[in-house]
Amino acid sequence: MPSKLLVLENISKRYGGVQALDSVDLDINAGEIHCLAGENGSGKSTMVKIISGVVAPDPGSRIFVDGERQHSYRAIDAVHRGIEVIFQDLSLFPNLTVAENIAMSSTVAGGSPIVAWKEVREIAKRTLDRIRVDLEPNAPVETLSLAEQQLVAIARALATDARFLIMDEPTAALTRNEVDDLFSVVEELKTKGLTVLFISHKLDEVLQISDRVTVLRDGRKVGTYDVKEVSADRLTALMTGRTLVAKQKSEEQTYGPAVLEVDNLSREHEFHEVTLTVHGGEIVGLTGLRGSGRSRLALSLFGLNPPTAGSVKMNGKEVRLRSVQDALRAGIGYVPENRMVEGLVANQSVRRNIVITIIRRLLNRIGLLDARKTDEITTTLVRKLDVRLPSVDAAIQTLSGGNQQKVVLAKWIATEPSLLILNGPTVGIDVAAKNSIYELAQSLADNGMGILFISEEVAEVAHNCDRVLVMHKGRVVDELVPPDISEAKIKASINAIR
Amino acid sequence: MKRQSSELVTLGVMLALVFLLMWILSPQRFATLTNLQSMGSQLAVIGLLSLGMMATMITGGIDLSIIAVADLAGIVTAFVLTAHHPASGFMVFIAIVAGLAVAVVVGSLNGLLIAVVGVSPILATLGTMILIQGFNIVITGGGLISGFPSAILFIGNGNLWIFPMAFVIFLGFAALLHLLMRYTVFGFNVYMMGSNPTASRFSGVDNTRVLITTYALSSLYAGLAGMIMISQYNSAQAGYGSNFLLLTILAAVLGGTSATGGFGTVPGLFFALLILQSLSSGLTIIGFSGFITISIWGIVILAVFVLNFILSKIGDRRRKRTDPPPYLGGGELRNDETSA
Amino acid sequence: MQSGERSTNVIKQLLSRHETYVALAIVIFSIVITAINPAYLTLRNFLGLFQTYAFWGVLAVGVLVVLISGGIDISFTAIATVAEYVMATIMLRFGGDIFTSLLIAASIGIVLGLINAVFIHYFKIPTIITTIATLNVYYGVLIAITHGSILHSFPSWFNNFGNMLVFTIPGSHGGSPYGMSVLTAIWIAIIVIVWFILQHTRLGRAVYAIGGNAEAARRVGFNIVSIQMFVYGFMGLIGGIAGFMHGLMIGAAEPNSIYGHELDVIAMVVLGGANLAGGKGTITGTILGVVLIAIMGNGLTIMRVSSYWHNLIIGVIIVVSVSFSAYRGRRAVVRRSVSKERTEAVG
Repeated sequence: MPSKLLVLENISKRYGGVQALDSVDLDINAGEIHCLAGENGSGKSTMVKIISGVVAPDPGSRIFVDGERQHSYRAIDAVHRGIEVIFQDLSLFPNLTVAENIAMSSTVAGGSPIVAWKEVREIAKRTLDRIRVDLEPNAPVETLSLAEQQLVAIARALATDARFLIMDEPTAALTRNEVDDLFSVVEELKTKGLTVLFISHKLDEVLQISDRVTVLRDGRKVGTYDVKEVSADRLTALMTGRTLVAKQKSEEQTYGPAVLEVDNLSREHEFHEVTLTVHGGEIVGLTGLRGSGRSRLALSLFGLNPPTAGSVKMNGKEVRLRSVQDALRAGIGYVPENRMVEGLVANQSVRRNIVITIIRRLLNRIGLLDARKTDEITTTLVRKLDVRLPSVDAAIQTLSGGNQQKVVLAKWIATEPSLLILNGPTVGIDVAAKNSIYELAQSLADNGMGILFISEEVAEVAHNCDRVLVMHKGRVVDELVPPDISEAKIKASINAIR
Repeated sequence: MKRQSSELVTLGVMLALVFLLMWILSPQRFATLTNLQSMGSQLAVIGLLSLGMMATMITGGIDLSIIAVADLAGIVTAFVLTAHHPASGFMVFIAIVAGLAVAVVVGSLNGLLIAVVGVSPILATLGTMILIQGFNIVITGGGLISGFPSAILFIGNGNLWIFPMAFVIFLGFAALLHLLMRYTVFGFNVYMMGSNPTASRFSGVDNTRVLITTYALSSLYAGLAGMIMISQYNSAQAGYGSNFLLLTILAAVLGGTSATGGFGTVPGLFFALLILQSLSSGLTIIGFSGFITISIWGIVILAVFVLNFILSKIGDRRRKRTDPPPYLGGGELRNDETSA
Repeated sequence: MQSGERSTNVIKQLLSRHETYVALAIVIFSIVITAINPAYLTLRNFLGLFQTYAFWGVLAVGVLVVLISGGIDISFTAIATVAEYVMATIMLRFGGDIFTSLLIAASIGIVLGLINAVFIHYFKIPTIITTIATLNVYYGVLIAITHGSILHSFPSWFNNFGNMLVFTIPGSHGGSPYGMSVLTAIWIAIIVIVWFILQHTRLGRAVYAIGGNAEAARRVGFNIVSIQMFVYGFMGLIGGIAGFMHGLMIGAAEPNSIYGHELDVIAMVVLGGANLAGGKGTITGTILGVVLIAIMGNGLTIMRVSSYWHNLIIGVIIVVSVSFSAYRGRRAVVRRSVSKERTEAVG
């Protein structure tokens, strides 16, 4: 019987009107790799904060570490017990070297005011050796790739003799190869007795590395499962409470004329000889692993990444996409991956964020901004997309993720594009909101818009798309048409190439 | 929107209080027409400079070269004015246009350095400030240019009915900037870009054009300030107004402009300028030296920020922070109930 | 690794550092200046130059620490002026000795710096606004009290100390003896101390950490309060010492010698590679930045370029060098992101 490193009983947490967690039990065995899976809004973030001592659960909750009941459990207590969290932003110092970042805790806590550089170098070397990673210790962290930075974060946690590592969505921005490298490091650590808790919603990866997985949904625990006993599909169903079925489309579906025709488009080192077509009313899916060139291609179609060869036609006319303005004029809209950085101006109002793309149309006769026209289009779109907000003058950052994404969609719908590119449209959005986004996409297509749906979540691609293209290492390597559009078949296609 | 109108109310109240205080302290001399006219006249130069500074700060940058550009515009105009005797009205017009045109060229250079070459605004405008200061010294040989036709003197010293001409000019151009910022596509883009240049770019805003235009505008306003300066001093020289730079930043910030960009309004700046000018005037009348005035200005700014801080703390406690803290990819170190 | 590889690695590392380019600029200018007037490249000239710029160099070092921490301080000129005036007043009225004078100036400086720290840390006022405000307050109050009067006729023990040379070199061809001024020595001492703090103490590394990622610094457990207090208090201390040095250098306390040159000092530090966003900057770079500005002024004078042209030429040099630096930085970012993409797409 494996010993329990951490036992959490009856964990609840309420924030004002929201019950983030409701009577959740969780136990972690020493030496296991455990995954905490759940969609956005499931409560996993709050759970992580409670486990790491950053947040205190409501009364009635009980925490046991190594079998001992904890009566006051703060972040510093967790750290003393060897429990460390690596947050998604990694908390590294980009201007300092790898070695210094790794040995940071000794710098902070060390007895003498003088820095012992020799010791810093030794700690760094020792820790990097321990995880069998070869990084230049004197390199500033900001010169490293994200995957390498992640390894530095892990090394830093290990340098403090952590025995229980909590990693929050570690694979979110990594390519397939980088994920494999990360996992081999984690496996290595497991053999040395480390316990790991992954927070993730990328089920394939979860199943690859974990021993057990606990599923949370809407603040409640759905169950804890041995990874050998459960499939990805079953987990998805448990996480979302529903199953995403592949799109039911008859083969005789007719679409409008081609809105987007891409012919042998290439950009050095990024993608090669990509040929694809999107018709009006059609939702074409583009998927593949991270690093396959999907996003670079999308940016090229939006004017931010001009191609070096090939051609693009919009509505039959050849276009040169050398700027966002070119793309807008050609009738292309783009819902970006990184909502808060690329998609929205967080501290400005919803109203302003919606009209930013069409601002030139909202002028009165003397060329000044017409408040009435602005109001009209804003209220229309807000109503049409059912965006929940206190007022159109509320700042974006006060809205939920799903509603924020609807604002992004609203601003692009306002431009009445022929082609709408959706890049990772449901990242960081809870299940209910995801469905409204899917429905929205479909209704746009039904009204004649062509949609390029880019996502790495295969289930979502299968559910929404009329045709699916698979990209790998910069090329389109496969195309799936009905009736072959299913999660399984798409995955098979992706795996076949690997 | 809500934030800005409540800020305006606060500023209005402050202005009323300061005005009242100065009036009470010098009942005979503060609220007189002469004094108000003098205030309006003095405010014009700083006001025009501050308007330009504010515009660049809204984009998230700063323009350290405005004083040097103001001097430059004044010097160029002075050269043209003194080149022909007697100067006709038309020459005066040409002279002013020449001065303003040179200012705009410098501003566009700033914009290019910042938007195209990618130099940070502080460094770019620091560099051009030193460059233009140097240029001013070279072309004037360190000396004074004087002997202006009376037409020019009217700008800085004359009155339009009861209003000082300088103040009228300032008011007019302030209104123009307000119109630009609030009611045009350009202004809209400035606010959005200043808040998040990546998102604005992804939404079709031409960031480069917006930046270059903003810095050109800032220098244009500096040029206008230069016109009024040389008119009021009846001469042009390198180095006029060199202690105004930090004051314009102070005025902008007091008026609600954020140092990080995205926020700031002309009405707010206007009130802030009135507050600072009233303090200055009132204190001078009482007999305090100008240096007391600048200390008071410093204290006022600190007081405003400290007050804001205290008020927001009270507001937090009242709301008791029951909303879940936004998950920004990291946790809070302190326990949730007390986190800010 | 072959020795050939290793030397290319060193060169690559050097080329990636900002300081290398500043040093290069210094070398190039020096060559040009010497070609026009060999009197430039003499020890006498350099020692004299350092004596003049030691004062500014000390201030630059203080500003460096503030910039590394991610903030900015504009009030140091006022702090230095106030410290000098207080020291001078006490010295002229009550006498004293060198150590007392230094102590007074330093203490005043620390207090004024800590006031900045309080506003910045406890009231969360942005650093630029706080220090612009305190610049006005400190300077305004000083001049209002002193009415702009100049204090001079310092006691001879004070002036003599200021004229001291650490070592003397007899002048050749009947020229007067010269040597390293005590001011330069003070500057060097401060350089060494700050270098040690920044490079080898936890406090120094904490300053870099805060500048690099303030939130992470908090999470890792750094005592942010004490670090902020140190940064701005230290700047104040430096300001005080600079005020002391200014008295030694000029033999008088004047209202406008120091005040008004804030941006000049900041330019020196920033040219030397310090970043306004924080986290970057080295002592070496700052020294090089000061030297660059110093030799530009000195060189132009020695080349008999009229002083009217100085600002213009220096301005052009600054604009060109920051443009070059920014452009290089941009290219590096693009190169880095492209090479990351490369790993996946097969060319």
